[in-house]
Amino acid sequence: MWTESLPFAKRFAHMTKQDKLSNSFRNQPDDRGHFGQFGGRYVAETLMPLILDLEKHYRAAQADPAFAEEFDDLLEHYVGRPSPLYYAERLTDHVRKDAPAGKGAQIWFKRDELNHTGAHKINNCIGQILLAKRMGKTRIIAETGAGQHGVATATVCARFGLPCVVYMGATDVVRQKPNLFRMKLLGAEVISVESGSGTLKDAMNDAMRDWVANVDDTFYIIGTAAGPHPYPELVRDFQSVIGREAREQMLERTGRLPDMLVAAIGGGSNAIGLFHPFLDDPEVEMLGIEAAGHGLDKEHAASLAGGKPGILHGNKTYLLQDEDGQIDEAHSISAGLDYPGIGPEHSWLKESGRVRYDSVTDTEALEAFQLLCSTEGIIPALEPSHAIAAVAREAVKMDKDQIILANLCGRGDKDIFTVAEALGTEI
Amino acid sequence: MNGDRFLNRLSNAFPTDRAALVTFVTGGDPSAADTGAILDALVEGGADIIELGMPFTDPMADGPAIQAANIRSLKAGTKTADLLNIATAFRQRHPTVPLVLMGYANPMTIRGAEWFADACVQAGVDGVICVDIPVEEDDSLGDSLRAKDVAVIRLATPTTDAARLPNILKNASGFLYYVSVAGITGLQQAAQASIQEAVTRLKAGTDLPVAVGFGVRTPEQADDIARVADGVVVGSAIVEIIAKHGADAPPHVKAYVKSLSDAIRSAR
Repeated sequence: MWTESLPFAKRFAHMTKQDKLSNSFRNQPDDRGHFGQFGGRYVAETLMPLILDLEKHYRAAQADPAFAEEFDDLLEHYVGRPSPLYYAERLTDHVRKDAPAGKGAQIWFKRDELNHTGAHKINNCIGQILLAKRMGKTRIIAETGAGQHGVATATVCARFGLPCVVYMGATDVVRQKPNLFRMKLLGAEVISVESGSGTLKDAMNDAMRDWVANVDDTFYIIGTAAGPHPYPELVRDFQSVIGREAREQMLERTGRLPDMLVAAIGGGSNAIGLFHPFLDDPEVEMLGIEAAGHGLDKEHAASLAGGKPGILHGNKTYLLQDEDGQIDEAHSISAGLDYPGIGPEHSWLKESGRVRYDSVTDTEALEAFQLLCSTEGIIPALEPSHAIAAVAREAVKMDKDQIILANLCGRGDKDIFTVAEALGTEI
Repeated sequence: MNGDRFLNRLSNAFPTDRAALVTFVTGGDPSAADTGAILDALVEGGADIIELGMPFTDPMADGPAIQAANIRSLKAGTKTADLLNIATAFRQRHPTVPLVLMGYANPMTIRGAEWFADACVQAGVDGVICVDIPVEEDDSLGDSLRAKDVAVIRLATPTTDAARLPNILKNASGFLYYVSVAGITGLQQAAQASIQEAVTRLKAGTDLPVAVGFGVRTPEQADDIARVADGVVVGSAIVEIIAKHGADAPPHVKAYVKSLSDAIRSAR
């Protein structure tokens, strides 16, 4: 069956036992929310009691079978999980045409773009709104880049009847108009953020400013596995349904684990959700793909490749920044990857060597976008198009009997205007 | 380090017969070259302690006025080296006036906490307020500062509960900064009664002076706070004068600060 019919508590008990092993990669973060030197709780004092309270309530939720039951039920009947695991036969054949003899791994996709609202973001939003409800919060805020997290947040707010305010950078408001309208249809108030570069990081700044001024009634649904502890941990846990399902489905379908996992990374929530359940399977290689934008020597959004450790938005992690610690503007054609930081667990996984990280440019992602459209009849979002480009690159180097599995974390409906513009087409 | 053993300019900054006036400006706004004269105007207007803001691209705890000041400063090309030069030159001109650097964790720690502590000592900086390093992450900066006798000035807020307060007070030095509203800088002021209650609660737990800030704009407000606290912090209102007058701000800043200082001096 799709879900380990275990409640959260049992999943965690299982995980805890396994994680006592000193060589486990699944035992992060520590009690202070640190993933090695990364993560932590770098917030203003006003917010500190709130995140301690959130952690307390999250621990209680983890131990409560009713919480897991409600989460699982909503994922199944509202989100539409499990998402399928799909063997992309035509894409595999296409890649094999250019591969040396005997090369060209089987390409599989975890179809999280088929979720309600069109991306993996909803998994996390369901979990966090259930937490908000438990905590008695009556107002929800969120930040959004591409708008997928904003739409998912607005969706769960409508579903649970809570008012919703979404902060969205002014630049993103322009390039993601369909999602802007979706959020409004769902009853959310969308605030266009003019400060800074008007993208995801600025939206996050303003969401935190809202939170600090509305501490009594407001729950902040952070959209990626970043921010102050316990957010990176709880977002990962909610998104880990992706990897748990994929692991089970792959075993059921092929009798073995994949040889390589690939996922795109902005903040890194879809990637950590896929990777985490496999971290202690040494035979499974993992590859995280950052957005190289115009190229790593130009404007890009690849924090691990082009940044260094620093402190922003409540956590210590790799950041694009200058020598004084001023944060650089990120660039990617994909609004969802356009962020100068990355979730702290990825910084730790990079330094520990467990996960390999690479990058894909705007141009390569656009090519992969079109390739998937024409070979598989699937219009992917620009975010997973980065992963697909890397999949094609890696598959030709792997043996034919090997399996490469990528997370197709979002569908591309929202991106058709951006893609049309990049291809010089009027629609 | 224990608060009462801490000896630097901050120890003598709080007069016994009146509240101290603590003033904030963002360094490098409108340019690094203009900041020295603005700091002098603060002192001439009667400020007892100077908070020099280190500009940051992402000032998450600040309201529109100080956000804009950060952007003006960075657009003018202000670097960390300029900030330290401003501090060093201030120290030469004003050997006895306490100077505190205020800002965010990343610019302070990017070259390492040791580096920053050394830079503070060399520039004659007496204390540091880091907005986004709570006591839980103190080891990422506080230890290095205390080792060099640079005061680690802690923030307490309306959300700081009785359980957390002892941890905040432990290892605090210089003074305690009470952020009187849950919110960002410069927007609204808390009710006098809640400020008085909070100061009483804080002073029960520490011998450090308690300065109150966030949303203080008028001499009347400063006067009210001066009656119940050891210090009054004013920032956004001064930053707005600088936004309006740019390089010509010093006489306007001085006149405004004097109006606050006069009010505080007559408060008790």
